[in-house]
Amino acid sequence: MSDEMKIEKGKLIQMYTTMVRIRQFENRVYLLFLQGEMPGTIHLYQGEEAIAAGVCANLTKKDLITSTHRPHGHAIAKGVSFKSLMAELFAKKTGCCEAKGGSMHVGDIDVGMVPAIAIVGGGIPVATGLALACKMMHLKRVVVSFFGDGASNTGAFHEGINMGSIWNLPVVYVCENNLYGASTHVSKVMKIKDVAQRAISYGIPGKVVDGNDVFAVYEASREAILRAREGKGPTLLECKTYRRGGHSRSDACRYRSKEEEKLWLSKDPVSRARERLINMGILTSQKAKEIEDRVKEEIEEAIEYARYSPSPKPEDTLSNVFA
Amino acid sequence: MRKLTVAEAIREAIREEMRRDKRVFCIGEDIGIEGGFGGAFGVTQGLSEEFGHERILDTPISEAAIAGAAIGAAIMGMRPIADVQYGDFIFIAMDQLVNNAAKLRYLSAGKIKIPLVMRIPVGASGRGTQHAQSLESIFSHIPGLKVVCPSTPYDAKGLLKTAIRDDNPVMFFEHKLLYGAKGRREAIDVSMDVPEKEYLIPLGCADIKRKGKDITVVGLLRTVHTALNAAYDLEKEGIELEVIDPRCLVPLDEDTILQSVKKTGRLIVIQEDNLFAGWGAEIASLVTDKAFDFLDAPPKRIGPPPTPVPFAPVMEKYYVPDEKRLIDEVKKMI
Repeated sequence: MSDEMKIEKGKLIQMYTTMVRIRQFENRVYLLFLQGEMPGTIHLYQGEEAIAAGVCANLTKKDLITSTHRPHGHAIAKGVSFKSLMAELFAKKTGCCEAKGGSMHVGDIDVGMVPAIAIVGGGIPVATGLALACKMMHLKRVVVSFFGDGASNTGAFHEGINMGSIWNLPVVYVCENNLYGASTHVSKVMKIKDVAQRAISYGIPGKVVDGNDVFAVYEASREAILRAREGKGPTLLECKTYRRGGHSRSDACRYRSKEEEKLWLSKDPVSRARERLINMGILTSQKAKEIEDRVKEEIEEAIEYARYSPSPKPEDTLSNVFA
Repeated sequence: MRKLTVAEAIREAIREEMRRDKRVFCIGEDIGIEGGFGGAFGVTQGLSEEFGHERILDTPISEAAIAGAAIGAAIMGMRPIADVQYGDFIFIAMDQLVNNAAKLRYLSAGKIKIPLVMRIPVGASGRGTQHAQSLESIFSHIPGLKVVCPSTPYDAKGLLKTAIRDDNPVMFFEHKLLYGAKGRREAIDVSMDVPEKEYLIPLGCADIKRKGKDITVVGLLRTVHTALNAAYDLEKEGIELEVIDPRCLVPLDEDTILQSVKKTGRLIVIQEDNLFAGWGAEIASLVTDKAFDFLDAPPKRIGPPPTPVPFAPVMEKYYVPDEKRLIDEVKKMI
């Protein structure tokens, strides 16, 4: 209990609220998909909320992130509005990508999120470049690149992190290790125990953290982000976590055992954070319910907004190819 | 005026733009190493002395990261000029260029700009199959990328300066034999007078490299010179070729090509890039579509056989379309 005691109370509530926002948003989105109201596919972030919430709590609006095909959590934590996210998922003109992206590409550069890059590993070199510019332009900004365990086997991971490391760039590489690249368990595709061990090859700190513990993620990323901001270079932070659901909406997860799922469900990051905050006397059940209700209300507003937003015109296809 | 090679013209364009705009920088392999060679073709020679290693940024051999880092920096408002030595190596960076450079603006509701120049040396030059390919068509196929292909020092300088100032990703192709490297026996000398006074050439403006009334010949990079040589020879026989250099494939100056074909009634495209689904087919289709009634013969394309680029000089010579093949085709068509 010692670590989280150092975290300011307001920050703890903020992180908890972010986690609730992600969880509730996706609960609702999942239903809308099942009901057939939303087109496309979705990759839910549920179970991994502590990572986006804990890391982004250390970032300012001017800091930047890159994300993946599973980007809802990062977008919400970085401050993309519910309305523009929901509208994007509804394929409406008011969406954050004006309906050109859909679930896998949400983002808004105005709040520091590059539209999510759905090619595994593809965002890592881009994050290195964002950080290179921050350094060249003498901006005190930090870049965080979120990616999964699968990405750590791509060439882009190696090239991107190595380059960030040799130039001491202000970037933190955050691996969300949810144990599976689609259906393939990490142990089948990686001989080492931790992705963080790979940091040794780049001469940067590598740290493993319980990705289902928002306090631990906050502390570890705070240190890494501070280090980056001070010009001391990148860190590779591996957050161990687990998807509550399948890889995408059509995945029945027959490659995972029920026991394993049960074990990880018992480590659910949202309920764990709630219990601990209640034990610490920072939150009450009543307050937690108020937060949840407020978030749910906001989500319903976003759904209404998205439903009644205009669709793009077919010929909007043609815009924004070139500047 | 003074004579410049293509390499010198490109270097001068980079130098002028780097002096003009602090956001412009170069990123690539072996481009600024002291005692090194200024990139694989000497183009960036001497630039690190003037601009320092922060702006002439030497990288690991990491093509994906070079392209990705350039994209990231461009999103932030920098204006990177990236270099991966040989065009053949750019396949390693394809994901970054095709999936990110060409698409992030589209995905960003128009909020992101990617002012990136990717310098891509192409063409067969006696080095064998993985240091030889022509890639103009592949990149022209990707919406969101501009494609520039200068054939002369004058064009190279004016087009590169414009490309650097463009707010979009520009794939800038340079033919290795046209650089003007001394001592390479295969090199084609295209050095010419280049004004010292600043000038820009807009993207998407073709240049009529030689006027003529009988056949329109469209070439690009090296094959512009092949066409000019053939035109010179044919002139003695009273046949006039009009040689058009599109200079850019994206955006393409359709009008200049169509106007020429409407005058000559005949079109031959000569390309070093692969024929199948290549840029020449696009030109032929354009002309058939929009100038059909003016055509006196079916448009013809001349290009390499559908094989990798071979090494043996005798085979490479067979592979690359030359003046003789063009002249034969012209005589068949007339």
